[in-house]
Amino acid sequence: MIHARGLTKRYGEKRVFAGIELDVAVGDFTLVTGANGSGKTTLLRLLAGLAAPSAGTLRVDAERERVGYVAHEPLVYRELSARENLWLYARLYRVPEAGERIGMLLERFGLWDVRDERVSSYSRGMLQRLALCRALLHEPDLLLLDEPHSALDAEGSELLDAELDGSRATFVVATHTPERLAARATARLALQ
Amino acid sequence: MRYFTDVATLARKDLLLEVRARDTLPAMLLFVVAALVVFHFALPSEAGDVAGLGLLWVAIVFTALLGLSRAWVAEREQGVQDGLVLSPADRSAIWLGKALSSLAFLLLAEAIALPAFWIFFTGLDAATIAGVLLADIGICAVGAFVAAMSTATRARELLLPVLFLPLAIPLVVGGVGASVVDGPGRYLAFLALYDALFATICWASFEYVVTE
Repeated sequence: MIHARGLTKRYGEKRVFAGIELDVAVGDFTLVTGANGSGKTTLLRLLAGLAAPSAGTLRVDAERERVGYVAHEPLVYRELSARENLWLYARLYRVPEAGERIGMLLERFGLWDVRDERVSSYSRGMLQRLALCRALLHEPDLLLLDEPHSALDAEGSELLDAELDGSRATFVVATHTPERLAARATARLALQ
Repeated sequence: MRYFTDVATLARKDLLLEVRARDTLPAMLLFVVAALVVFHFALPSEAGDVAGLGLLWVAIVFTALLGLSRAWVAEREQGVQDGLVLSPADRSAIWLGKALSSLAFLLLAEAIALPAFWIFFTGLDAATIAGVLLADIGICAVGAFVAAMSTATRARELLLPVLFLPLAIPLVVGGVGASVVDGPGRYLAFLALYDALFATICWASFEYVVTE
């Protein structure tokens, strides 16, 4: 599903990473590890199509509408409610039976009771739960998760783990604490 | 059809955000009315209608600039732009949705500004109003584009007027021309041509503004 050869990213003179070789097959669970600043987030942005490589080749065999992405930011409007944000994305992604899908995700991630409150009143953990709802809304084939457990409490982490266990998607997960996901990993990429 | 559904979805979202936050339109309304009041007292009483019409265009351009400076704030501060760019919506639909919502705010500001101009200065003929409407399209098409460009930089507050005002000069020339000459047809045609040309350029190149 993902094939990268000699993948390099620079911002001006600053080299983020260079020469990355990566093959991810359908159904793989790939862990990307590395210290802060090693380029994990940048690599996921390249895989998502949000940035272009400075050198090397990258092929992702998934249409844009089949990719889900959890970033550091939840990518939602703070002045809208959780339900309004998810409706916005559901329309853009043409999610069939969107109302039911949104309700199911909000219920599953424990946000149903606050579904009509403005997101600006949410805690960081609730925002992360909403970010997961947004990324899973269109049932993507490829999920790119950047520190998905960050800010989640024990219950939120368990909900996420259950989602990972039940999904047939291909995962690329960036984390600097790989222990929690090690058992699921079918491949690893360590960035220096 | 899907394209225009996405544009409508994105523009409607901006209108809803403004209804909730009320941080753009009230400022535009206050600014344009205050500017017209200042111009009214600053202009010598013997200055003719032509001078007043020129100042109307100054007020419109700077009111639009005020609105455009807020156009991408939610996307920038809340990181939502990545979410929109990742979606299957055509990237130019993101620009068009923003241009349309900016146009709606500008038209609402002008719904107050033009009657205020009539009170403080002089009446407006059909050619002037047609010129204002055509210039609004160009202002919002180009403005939404350069505002997105400036959003990606640290000096965004400085960069937006530096990029936008030179591009707005032809609109002011066309608008003032349509307001003051007896045969405004060629100035209105010039404004329509500007709108078509620059809207096409912005539509075709917006993708490169929102990806690294």
